Amino acid sequence: MTTLAHIPQLLVYGIISGSIISLGGIGVSLTYSILGFSNFAHGDFMALGAYIALGLFTLFTGLGITNAPFGPLSFGFGFVLAFILAIALTAIAVILIDRLLFRRLRRSGPVILMMSSIGVALGLRNILQFFWSPQPHYYSQAIQPAVSLGVLNIRIKPDELFIIALAVVLVIVVHAFMRYTKMGKAMRAMADNATLAQVTGINTDRVIIWTWVIGAGLAATAGILAGIENKFITPELGWQMLLSIFAGVVLGGIGNPYGAILGGMVIGISEEVSTAFISTGYKPAVAFVIMIIMLLVKPTGLLGRKD
Amino acid sequence: MEHLVGILNYIVFFAITAGTYSILSLGLNIQWGNTGLFNIGIAGFYALGAYTSALLCGLPPSAWEGRTFGGFQLPFIVGLLGAAIVSGVVAMLVGAPTLRLRTDYLAIATIGIAETIRLILTNESWLTNGVWGFQQIPSPLYKTIHAATSAYLKGHPNLPVWLHDLISKSYDWFYLVLVLVVLFILYLIMERLVRSPWGRVIRAIREDEDATSMLGKNTFSFKMQALVLGAMIMGIGGSMYAHYARFISPVSFKPLYGTFIVWVMLILGGSGNNKGAILGGFTVWGIWAGTDFLTKYLPFTSTQSASLRVILIAVLLEVILLWRQQGLLPPKKHLFSQK
Repeated sequence: MTTLAHIPQLLVYGIISGSIISLGGIGVSLTYSILGFSNFAHGDFMALGAYIALGLFTLFTGLGITNAPFGPLSFGFGFVLAFILAIALTAIAVILIDRLLFRRLRRSGPVILMMSSIGVALGLRNILQFFWSPQPHYYSQAIQPAVSLGVLNIRIKPDELFIIALAVVLVIVVHAFMRYTKMGKAMRAMADNATLAQVTGINTDRVIIWTWVIGAGLAATAGILAGIENKFITPELGWQMLLSIFAGVVLGGIGNPYGAILGGMVIGISEEVSTAFISTGYKPAVAFVIMIIMLLVKPTGLLGRKD
Repeated sequence: MEHLVGILNYIVFFAITAGTYSILSLGLNIQWGNTGLFNIGIAGFYALGAYTSALLCGLPPSAWEGRTFGGFQLPFIVGLLGAAIVSGVVAMLVGAPTLRLRTDYLAIATIGIAETIRLILTNESWLTNGVWGFQQIPSPLYKTIHAATSAYLKGHPNLPVWLHDLISKSYDWFYLVLVLVVLFILYLIMERLVRSPWGRVIRAIREDEDATSMLGKNTFSFKMQALVLGAMIMGIGGSMYAHYARFISPVSFKPLYGTFIVWVMLILGGSGNNKGAILGGFTVWGIWAGTDFLTKYLPFTSTQSASLRVILIAVLLEVILLWRQQGLLPPKKHLFSQK
């Protein structure tokens, strides 16, 4: 009975981790549909963002920029500034990686790109490990008390409400961008048919840059949010979430960003609720099993079109 | 002279490891090099082979161990075959839902199974002894060779030091021969297979799956056979590793590291070429071991040096992808050229 009583709380944890997984998943999905390959470095883009934010935050603290907490949150202006700059810098770094590697390999086909992304993944992770060691680093060591929501014994921290709210806002912004801007339409056109898009005069190079800006920006956001939620970051942060992210993307329908959001949420909730019944260590395996079941039942995913 | 023997002993140790990795690379070559299957869960099949062999051949659980099962003390060859079978069966389970789909799905599923296997190895202590792993896995013929060596050294107390050092390592020499024999047998089988009609079909799938399918070949079945066969070879590699290292734990099978280095081996050596797979195995392991020496002279901590070595291998991979995708030994043009 105690197990069942925990489930509402686990659902809330699931929504928090699902928000982070979904933000990661949107990028994976866009890369897949627009650039045509599964990017195994996406998790490490998340870690890169988290560490750039750490570096900037440390710098700002050193410069004496205030970080007096905003209301009940655990961070203030200094951290938010580091957060925003880290998103921009991660996007720039990823575009540079694209110029240096992926662009030159595009003609060699998706599998070579996939392979190259694995090299990027390990390279990036070890660069982070080289400078920051494999040991955990903290954004803040302060303990934030959880507040009761007054229903079903659910308790949540203000930071966690911030995570969910930010994820919702970003999903709406991405949706509006894809639906109503010219660039968003161009991206959807290129995802449908790259050759046709080029023929109709769409600047595919700019579309690719925007794909990375959105994908890497959301990845950095997801990485930093994971750091806020876990209270620490390690260079393996993104890699540890990559399997869940891919499971979410496949579950929702690979190449469909809305599917990635839905799938990420389902995976996040399933992983957390599963801890009521099996060892916490098996969280990534839960994601994997759900993905395999989906592939057996409907390989195109919940929202997928026919490939 | 003692110095030289020290180097020689190191070379033997090096060659055993490089030989084991070459077995993995050979297994990947049948999957990726010949059939175009993107398996990035090599470490999983490698771990399965190692653990199966340890379960079958190892000692029963001792009082202080967490495991309560296994340790049947069966002969080495049973462990080797068991490793191949278990890895093959798991490959079949991974292939079934994914081989009809785009190759990305196989990639994601294999990375997932490797991670899941590592979680099981870590969490199911009754079977695997958890993070402490298996210890004292018996090496084949170890007692016999060790006894003979000790008896000989006792009977000849006045040997020069270098000869004494050399003879005392006789088991490693034996194991090197064993690894090379297994590698050579697998190489011969693979060469026969890729030259057979079966080999022509899987290469045709790599070149153009739809066309092969239209010629009436059941491409799913051929892909499955190649995936399972490659995984079985990886299982054998795991068994060879377990019986030499004599100690295995989940840390030995870190998902991307174990997988990644094998990929670099095959791509550097030449995907689609069995000789290339082996050449790549020895070359990349040589580079890997070489950077171990080099980084010792740099002013970094040991974890920094370890990261630096992985960065170098990652750079090596990107360089090959950018400038020499065919590797050192490109595949022979089997399809259209008559020989």
